[in-house]
Amino acid sequence: MVYNFPLWPDRASAMAGNVDALYIFLLVVSGLMSALIFTLVLVFAARFRKRPGHEAEQIEGSLPLELTWSIIPMGVFLVVFVWGAVLYFQERTPPQGAMEVYVVAKQWMWKLEHPEGQREINSLHVPVGRDVKLIMTSQDVIHSFYVPAFRIKQDVLPGRYTVAWFRATRPGTYHLFCAEYCGTQHSLMGGEVVVMEPSQYAAWLSGGNSGQPLTVTGQRLFAELGCSTCHRSDTQGRGPNLVGVFGRQVLLEDGRTLTADENYLRESIVSPGSKVVSGFKPIMPTFQGMVSDEQLNALVAYVKSLSQPASKSVAAAGTQPQTQQVQ
Amino acid sequence: MATATLPVTERENYLNKEYGIRSWLFTIDHKRIALLYLLSVTFFFFIGGLFALLIRLELLTPAGDLVQADTYNKLFTMHGMVMVFFFLIPVVPATLGNFLVPIMIGAKDLAFPRINLMSWYLYVIGGILIMHCMLTGGVDTGWTFYTPYSTAFTNTKIIEAGLAVFVAGFSSIFTGLNFIVTVHRMRAPGMTWGRLPLFIWANYATSIIMILGTPVVAITIILVAAERLFHLGIFDPKLGGDPLLFQHLFWFYSHPAVYIMILPSMGIISEIITCFSRKRIFGYKFVALSSVAIAVLGFLVWAHHMFVAGMSVYAALIFSFLSYMVAVPSAIKVFNWTATMYKGSISYTTPMLYAFGFLGLFTIGGLTGLFLASLGIDVHVTDTYFVVAHFHYIMVGGVLMGYLGGMHFWWPKISGRMYPEGWGRLAALIVFIGFNLTFFPQFILGYVGMPRRYWQYSPEFQVLNVLSTAGSTILGVGYLLPMIYFLWSMRYGKQAPDNPWNAAGLEWKTSSPPTTFNFDETPVVDFEAYDYENIKDTDDDGGAH
Repeated sequence: MVYNFPLWPDRASAMAGNVDALYIFLLVVSGLMSALIFTLVLVFAARFRKRPGHEAEQIEGSLPLELTWSIIPMGVFLVVFVWGAVLYFQERTPPQGAMEVYVVAKQWMWKLEHPEGQREINSLHVPVGRDVKLIMTSQDVIHSFYVPAFRIKQDVLPGRYTVAWFRATRPGTYHLFCAEYCGTQHSLMGGEVVVMEPSQYAAWLSGGNSGQPLTVTGQRLFAELGCSTCHRSDTQGRGPNLVGVFGRQVLLEDGRTLTADENYLRESIVSPGSKVVSGFKPIMPTFQGMVSDEQLNALVAYVKSLSQPASKSVAAAGTQPQTQQVQ
Repeated sequence: MATATLPVTERENYLNKEYGIRSWLFTIDHKRIALLYLLSVTFFFFIGGLFALLIRLELLTPAGDLVQADTYNKLFTMHGMVMVFFFLIPVVPATLGNFLVPIMIGAKDLAFPRINLMSWYLYVIGGILIMHCMLTGGVDTGWTFYTPYSTAFTNTKIIEAGLAVFVAGFSSIFTGLNFIVTVHRMRAPGMTWGRLPLFIWANYATSIIMILGTPVVAITIILVAAERLFHLGIFDPKLGGDPLLFQHLFWFYSHPAVYIMILPSMGIISEIITCFSRKRIFGYKFVALSSVAIAVLGFLVWAHHMFVAGMSVYAALIFSFLSYMVAVPSAIKVFNWTATMYKGSISYTTPMLYAFGFLGLFTIGGLTGLFLASLGIDVHVTDTYFVVAHFHYIMVGGVLMGYLGGMHFWWPKISGRMYPEGWGRLAALIVFIGFNLTFFPQFILGYVGMPRRYWQYSPEFQVLNVLSTAGSTILGVGYLLPMIYFLWSMRYGKQAPDNPWNAAGLEWKTSSPPTTFNFDETPVVDFEAYDYENIKDTDDDGGAH
């Protein structure tokens, strides 16, 4: 092409086709609806134009017609609503066993860290065909992780994790944009997502100077910060034993239960007093300001890894994540 | 006496009763206050439009080469703030609404004339504050003020801008209060709720939103100021706050605010289409009550601005569903307007051309709202140019087409002069073409993936941006024309008869322009609204051929 101006975005994720399908359906529906209205307006305007010998004929209204044009649109709306909701639930539910990439956004860059310890700035390398879960937080204001070719977008907030996922289906280089206005260089806070064949990705991972795997960094911090003195791997610690905690239901001191997800682990480090586990005292000091967002990610990744062997062994007994990997 | 030598049409009216600046600044006549508002909102429309043109010029090329990034960010922020708070929200209620609400129901004035004047002064104080804010540096947060950027990071004039919006907000609360009391208490004998013109129903519904919604944005501004000045942890997670709380509070007002803008214009369209089709409105009750339904349901959909903000998926589900429900009354209106034309006797006057334009643009704006209300699609298109295009179709395509249609329709009543019909039609056509060229490419731009509020952009987006910028200059010409010929017509226009359109409605039964107290004696209403069956369309010309 001499001049490149696309009228449709690249379609490079498992989700993209589904989103496009609903979009095209909506284009057709609204095209028909506008065509109907425009035609009626134009035809009436021409056919019933003011001219000598022609008089308006008064019509009060019609209940059957009112009901028709209330109920039919409502029916169409309901179809679109359900269809859109199904897509949204898929977009917002990362599959089990996805490769986890931690994302830290700041004015005005994206910092990404692979589970193997590889760090990147403003670019993300991923293998084609693999589920990738992004666990994201911001160091300052709200940003938004947007890859048009994948049809995904998720705001990235300070002080908590938000999650997005995708499965790239076509190798190539795609835009990464910040979609939530974040200050002076908002429009420059972008980069690229590079989708590679798995073999190339493996080569990319082993090349360059990768750091330690995230969980190893986390384990080192866990010891250095003294977490391990209370959170012991037996029942003798002053804090809860963290082995197998992630993903489990936790009973709190105030009687509530919640699922220990990434956000709960994070909150328990920076604000340990807010949701204390039943049977323990609120004696843990806060680590707010003592650990960076990257260190928090490593700690969370490490605590999550303490639950991995258990779930892996369950998985080995023939449940989904394993079979998916075989494919 | 001097008046004795004037022609009959120069009899005493609200314009020539008194002269001098004091007679305007201390007036409690709702019609004069409407004109004061007209001047002030037109001023801010110019300012906001100027910002818009600069934004479009910057986006002509992918590189950030016309202005600095910070300047660009201030331009779109001030464009949004000025247009939303100082133009779109007051534009129809405070000008045409102020002028027409009492006359249309057969009253001498609004219920609280002094509060009406005060609300204009509050608007002016708010306007001076926002001008001061802009001239001393401006704001760069976007008109949405998202936290924690607005409370902890930007070093621009947040407090000043917030104060301006806060003060202007009271102006709209007072207007709303005045309209509600007036419609309840001051209707002429026989003017039952079922005989109210639909413009009154629309302004009534708007007033409900104004008095229920505006206090929430006022509270939100106070909270932002408290966090920014005193570091109270409300929205900033570093202080223990929640940034999503801000978005909930902000959109709880700012989504209904869209209906504050569009409902009065919908009311105008009902007046214009009936008059130039010589028809009663099709389904009066449905059109009237759909305004109220929009006002009520409009309060329950705010979080559809937050589907990717990190909200619970179940909350998103409910807000998506309700957003589809609020679309139903809008669809009902469009179908009823279309049906009203059926078997009418339609003339293509300037107001009617604007009504056609409104139907086209509002339909596109409304239908693209269905895309955004759909959760799965919204994830991709929110915060892109798709959203920008969508809300401009509603807020400019819808609101401004209605407003301009209404200005032409009632200009003979307001000024006592006719505008030049040929120029009017030409301008309507230019606005329609310019508008579509400006904003239609932005839908495509958004789906391809260009985020909004971008100072620089990727080169592949340029062609569509050039189209949009080209359209904006055409649109600018389209908006300038009416301002010129309206001014021209005040001196050189043909004298307007009392009822140049042979229209129904009490405002056409009084003189053009009306006297200070609107009617010589209180009218008695013994006819239904849009009683075109019994009004003969005597003047076959009307400038409409």
